Amino acid sequence: MTNDKEEKPRVGLFVTCLVDLFRPSVGFASIKLLEEAGCTVDIPDLQTCCGQPAYNSGDRRDTRALARKAIAAFEGFDYVVAPSGSCAGMLKLHYPELFADDPAWAERAKKFSAKVFELVSFLSDIRGVTSVPASFAGTVTYHDSCSGLRELGIREQPRTLLRSVDKLTLTELKDADLCCGFGGTFCVKYPDISNAIVERKTTEIVATGAGTLLAGDLGCLMNMAGKLKRQKSMVKSRHVAEVLAGMTDSPAIGEVG
Amino acid sequence: MEITSPQFKQNSRRAMQDPNLQKAMGYVRTGFIERRRIAVEGLPEFDRLRDSARDIKNHTLAHLDLYLEAYETKVRGAGGEVHYAETAADARDLILGICQRTGARTVTKGKSMVSEEIELNDHLEANGIQPIETDLGEYIIQLRGEPPSHLIAPAVHLTKEQVEADFRRVHTHLPADRDLSEPTTLLAEARAILRERFLASDVGITGANFLIAETGTSVIVTNEGNGDLSQLLPKVHIVLATIEKITPTLEDVSQILRVLARSGTGQDLSVYTTFSTGPRRPGDPDGPEEYHVVILDNGRSSMLGSDFQDMLRCIRCGACMNHCPVYQEVGGHSYGSVYAGPMGAVLTPSLAGIDKAGHLPNASTFCGRCESVCPMHIPLPKMMRHWREREFERHLSPKTVRWGLGVWAFVARHPRLYRLATKLAIGTLYKFGKLKGRFRRVPFAGGWTRHRDLPAPQGKTFHELLAERKRAA
Repeated sequence: MTNDKEEKPRVGLFVTCLVDLFRPSVGFASIKLLEEAGCTVDIPDLQTCCGQPAYNSGDRRDTRALARKAIAAFEGFDYVVAPSGSCAGMLKLHYPELFADDPAWAERAKKFSAKVFELVSFLSDIRGVTSVPASFAGTVTYHDSCSGLRELGIREQPRTLLRSVDKLTLTELKDADLCCGFGGTFCVKYPDISNAIVERKTTEIVATGAGTLLAGDLGCLMNMAGKLKRQKSMVKSRHVAEVLAGMTDSPAIGEVG
Repeated sequence: MEITSPQFKQNSRRAMQDPNLQKAMGYVRTGFIERRRIAVEGLPEFDRLRDSARDIKNHTLAHLDLYLEAYETKVRGAGGEVHYAETAADARDLILGICQRTGARTVTKGKSMVSEEIELNDHLEANGIQPIETDLGEYIIQLRGEPPSHLIAPAVHLTKEQVEADFRRVHTHLPADRDLSEPTTLLAEARAILRERFLASDVGITGANFLIAETGTSVIVTNEGNGDLSQLLPKVHIVLATIEKITPTLEDVSQILRVLARSGTGQDLSVYTTFSTGPRRPGDPDGPEEYHVVILDNGRSSMLGSDFQDMLRCIRCGACMNHCPVYQEVGGHSYGSVYAGPMGAVLTPSLAGIDKAGHLPNASTFCGRCESVCPMHIPLPKMMRHWREREFERHLSPKTVRWGLGVWAFVARHPRLYRLATKLAIGTLYKFGKLKGRFRRVPFAGGWTRHRDLPAPQGKTFHELLAERKRAA
């Protein structure tokens, strides 16, 4: 047994700020999935935010300061895993870019980034997970969040794992690769345009007839769930990790009881 | 350049409330995207061609001075003239000068975004020369006094009913009871009218998709053949192009052509690809007596060696705008400049200044679809972010945003403070939201709650819960 334990990869879970603040259940689902996949999971206490809001607002100085903190907190792990394509994309692809002209940090950032993965693709691609022992009675549809899809190539992994969930039916969303209109600060800077885009998205979601919308990024989910609720839709929204971990007892996003 | 980019928000609100525009934009959402997908899937080597096209342009930009000189020598050798224009005003005056010297009264034009960029038509008209656009889309927007709303489909924002109304308004010499209900009848009417104009034209002005250094040739791609008539029939042909259109060889051009139309309209090739080298030679059956090339800089050379150099690879196919969720909603005119969509969001600030065009690189969700379809692999989101950085450095971004970001970043840099602040904030939010699970209104979050509910937090933060579990264990 001790031998077994020594061979387990040590994963640092980057919880992401939205999960920390709005939906801790996604964090606990991530821990369960990672442990089931044979990993030892640690949650470094010094983590806060990956810095994306500052980065995409043009504030490189603050972004670098946050990035240095994140690298220092996580570089001791075998892997760094985040339940979000956009945060994982930030850590994996944009950190090396941020420090490209900083000799003191360039190499460190590169080494750190090589260990970063988004949760579901980590389970599939690195840990070789092909099925999960979960059950979910219902029809779901899946939205491909932009960063996960285009920056990290996440498309088949969540679908494969979802198909292994007992009693679950997966129905495809038309234009699943089209942005939901969230875009981080975009949705509050240009609310009317964001609304027009998310309206198109919720129309397609409702048209699938699915009872539950799943995605891998809480930002997109809060945007789509918020719109679905405003439209008084019965469609529920959840992070894909909750379903894969069989942890769907807590109310769906934006709901009670 | 007179631009309304500072009014992007007002422009886009108007566009989203315009039922005609919304109806017309349906074709962008479905037609262009679907046709590109089919064309790309039909060519297994498409991605390799994209890499090759990018490499060709990168090589050219690294040796642009050399290729420009080689091109100029070849054009002169073929009996043509090359004129360099540093600014839009220089280009306008050069072209006007040629028209005046040759006594031109009417000018026919093939489609040229650069002529829109330098507002050539207004300048010619102000000097008593009548410019006639001969591309159907350009002809329509000229009738309406509008700028183009798309790189390759300048009138894509209009419905066919609107075009019919414009034709009836302007073509008053034709019978009122004629049938104009089909796109083909509209095209036939425009064609008949333009045919006479071609014959009467003194000077033909075209743009160029490529200027080939190896041969001194200018290349245009069109679907209507209007470019050929514009450059063959008049006595004088003027090519108006910008410095980055230089491409080393015929072979290079034929490679880039394979990704150009596929990316834009989804065609394997445009209907016409026209190569012209110099004026009519002795024994040629047709062609102009004079052949001029006006090569414009207008700020582009300052992009060389900067964070924005990659933008000079752009071949104006329009794929980025077709696939952009923001462009699809607001249309090209909302951007308030000649160049719209993602490519415009990068190029317009280079040409007009970030102080005027600040909205454009911000009005993007960074979904990355533009970059994923760009045949030249231009990192558009990255360059939009560079513009946001310039804005931030120059303190052009709104004070409230800067202040909010500053406070948030300070707190996020101090994990213990962050835990305390988020615990208090989330606790409060939960207290007010727990009964319904969501909010219809939240103070200072009107941008979010105007159109959608804000989901309430589940209760305590993840880190609070984790600490509790650790204590209990």
